[in-house]
Amino acid sequence: MNRISRILAAALAGLLIAAGTASAHPHVWVTMQSAVVYGPDGSVTGVRHAWTFDDMYSAFATQGLESKKKGEFTPEELQPLAKVNVESLKEYDFFSYAKANGKDVTFVEPVEYRLEFNSKDTMLTLHFLLPLKTPVKAQTFNLDVFDQAYFVDFSLAEKNAVSLEKAPAGCQINLTKPQEMTKDMAQRLAQIPPGGQIPANSYGAAFSNKISVKCP
Amino acid sequence: MSLTRVAGGRALVALTLLAAMASMLLMAGAVDVVLAQGGAFTARPAAPPPPPEGIVGWILAKQAAFYQDFSRIIRAAKTDGSAVWTLLGVSFLYGIFHAAGPGHGKAVISAYVVANEETWRRGVVLSFASALLQAVVAVVLVGVAAAILNATARQMCDAGRVIELVSYGLIALVGARLIWVKGKGFLREARNLSRPLHAAGAAVTPKDHKEHDHKHRDHHHDHGHDHGHDHGHHHHDHHTHEHASAWGHAHGPEPQELAGPGGWQRGLSAIVAVGLRPCSGAIIVLVFALAQGLFWAGVAATFVMGLGTAITVAAIATLAVGFRSAAQHFAGSRSGYGILALRGIEVGAAVVVLAFGTLLLLGYMAAERGACF
Repeated sequence: MNRISRILAAALAGLLIAAGTASAHPHVWVTMQSAVVYGPDGSVTGVRHAWTFDDMYSAFATQGLESKKKGEFTPEELQPLAKVNVESLKEYDFFSYAKANGKDVTFVEPVEYRLEFNSKDTMLTLHFLLPLKTPVKAQTFNLDVFDQAYFVDFSLAEKNAVSLEKAPAGCQINLTKPQEMTKDMAQRLAQIPPGGQIPANSYGAAFSNKISVKCP
Repeated sequence: MSLTRVAGGRALVALTLLAAMASMLLMAGAVDVVLAQGGAFTARPAAPPPPPEGIVGWILAKQAAFYQDFSRIIRAAKTDGSAVWTLLGVSFLYGIFHAAGPGHGKAVISAYVVANEETWRRGVVLSFASALLQAVVAVVLVGVAAAILNATARQMCDAGRVIELVSYGLIALVGARLIWVKGKGFLREARNLSRPLHAAGAAVTPKDHKEHDHKHRDHHHDHGHDHGHDHGHHHHDHHTHEHASAWGHAHGPEPQELAGPGGWQRGLSAIVAVGLRPCSGAIIVLVFALAQGLFWAGVAATFVMGLGTAITVAAIATLAVGFRSAAQHFAGSRSGYGILALRGIEVGAAVVVLAFGTLLLLGYMAAERGACF
């Protein structure tokens, strides 16, 4: 009886631990373009995102919305939806995680937000500025964009994925795109014992879009 | 080999199987359950999402690829009727992979069939019925809300949220009921075990007796630590009261409380509990198909997806049933502790069902994020 209760306890503990490990699958695909925004004194003030949603999710998000022209939406018609979108982003840390000179920095509620509907490819793009709580002078500014639960898949746009706005002269952008899992990577991962440490720069990092800006 | 060693070996095998099954149940669902964002664990993630390694990573990559195909195929189906066959094929594969990935459904179904001593056949039927219901709920939700009422995405998400809470509440209720029923069986078995020991069993061989006696002392020893002498007395009292009724159950398999007529109605509660919550992916695909003027293609895709899901869930549930009967076999009918272990497995599985329902309900765990974020 004692043994059984011990096993039950272990099973419950396992359940709770397992519940903490997240692994999901995306239902939303976002192609992102981002700009790191600088203030007049050369400090980083925030990040401007433009996130384009895949056509299926765009169709879902615009379902039931009133529009003058069927199948097309003006930014004005979409503004209430944009507001709801940016307001709910806070719950997910805006999917944006930044470090200035190696230290975590905090974002506050988005401003200057709007939604744009491209009637040609029927995709929605959400534009917003994500201000830093306190502007910070950063020789290195790192930004990761990802969904912890991987319900949303973020990927950098093919062109102009990252830009700088009013940056001091000499700042340089460095990008790490999510990588495809290679056969070699899969083999190496398969050799890691359960609960073992997964080396950095492995499949886990594959879902993240790492943006790094270095300024003199 | 002495009798003692045979009994000990059996118990060991039974316990090993039990542990294997418990971990399998957890692997089946919990591993893939997504931690609710903004729930109790609001710690800032230091790193990107935990890596879905090896086979899980492959499953995720596969289903993501299938899902992204939907958009292209549904568009193609507008002009090319044959694209519908491709759509159905992809939906089927997506369903299979989807169920192999995240989702509490298969974990709850597996735990349910183990706790409830279901046959594999009933496990399969439960899996198919709940997957079918899930597809029906998605189609009805989008069909009524979007196609007829022209509701917005947000309104559909709100409706989905209500359905979700009802579903989680039902899972918790099913689990609680199972614990009540199975807990009683477990306690009765525990009492049966202690009974012949007190009445210095003349029928028991000396060796066997010694073994039982030894275990029994262990038992008391533990309780002494936990509750003091009080418990010991209580135990004796109970024992005297239950003397007559306990006798009939000694050493035999437990009467099948949950089998027989009415079993299907009880199975229905599990089907509804698991199947009520529609998949976010199916809802998005349905709305997209509706926007493309091909709602029926979306409906067909949803049902085929459900078929694929059912196959995976049924396979996992069958595996769970297999583990359970293997444990039952090894526990043997002679060893009272083996039967006790079996009752323990059932109670454990019932606890898993309740835990899933409760954690999902309280938002500590999210099976999947709603389609709105």
